[in-house]
Amino acid sequence: MTVSQKNDFQATELLTPGMKAPDFSLQFAPREMFSLSSLHGKPVIIAFYPADWSPTCGDQIGLYNEILPEFQKFGAELLGISVDGPWSHKAYAEARNLHFKLLSDFEPKGAIAKLYGAYRSADGLSERALFVIDKNGVITWSYLSPIQENPGADGILEALESLPK
Amino acid sequence: MTKLKIPISAEDHIQGPENAEVTLVEYGDYECPHCAHAHPMVRRIQKRFGEKLRFVFRNFPLTQSHPHAEAAAETAEFAGANGKFWEMHDLLFENQERMNRDLFLELANKLELSADGLTEALEEEKFEARVRADFSGGVRSGVNGTPTFFINGIRNDGPSEFMELLLAVDAAMETESNSARR
Repeated sequence: MTVSQKNDFQATELLTPGMKAPDFSLQFAPREMFSLSSLHGKPVIIAFYPADWSPTCGDQIGLYNEILPEFQKFGAELLGISVDGPWSHKAYAEARNLHFKLLSDFEPKGAIAKLYGAYRSADGLSERALFVIDKNGVITWSYLSPIQENPGADGILEALESLPK
Repeated sequence: MTKLKIPISAEDHIQGPENAEVTLVEYGDYECPHCAHAHPMVRRIQKRFGEKLRFVFRNFPLTQSHPHAEAAAETAEFAGANGKFWEMHDLLFENQERMNRDLFLELANKLELSADGLTEALEEEKFEARVRADFSGGVRSGVNGTPTFFINGIRNDGPSEFMELLLAVDAAMETESNSARR
């Protein structure tokens, strides 16, 4: 399967290890854009998640915020992606004291989730899907979590540990 | 099936005998309301299974959402270093709605621990490394929120409510005694 950069592309299944991670450029703040390619040379963790403002304590985004120093030990950058707009992300990040970027897959809605095979058309939301991308932009690990289940970070850490030094 | 990666050791806070049939490990946060809710349930489950159950508590403070969680964990560790971990553990959960530095000092006094010693330990972050070690081990074992329970080394993915937890411990007991009979 080849992955095109066209926004109408929809991967039918989650992209798998060995595939080049499709580049994208998304809004991360109301007036700023962020491109995956700007992180070339660093490992990247992408966490697609269904929505901002899920309940606290057990929630995935809060957990990753807490674990961020463990990811940073590997020099890895974490990006959260959902279909929420940049104003929602901004308020959410401020309210929860988040220390990593949340990107808005807002217009056209879910285009990047679709590109990665991580979109739930029936619900109009991203799946809860994780990707670890190496410094050359190649996917080395991906995981599709049941949507109601917090996948934790053990899989991400194992994937980061197996990256060549 | 997610497994506990860090084995139980002498470093842990343990209640119950080493040869208990079932070991219940909790990763918890003293400022997490779900953990405070689970606390009396765990106590009831311990009472019910008696010597057949070993209980281990490890720290998993979610410091970004709970501003006092780290200091609370360090307070419990301070009490632990002075032989009163479980007394402090219970008091922290029982007084969760009042959680702040004054409460920690008040509880230290109540347990006849040195309040000055506690202040110093918190200021100098004497127990921070210990709490971080619990946290990192938990992350690697797939702890995805609080409380997370492991029953005989397997993460309990069912609800952390009394009946569900009791039945899960009971099922592990059953599995153990069946394999012992074989």
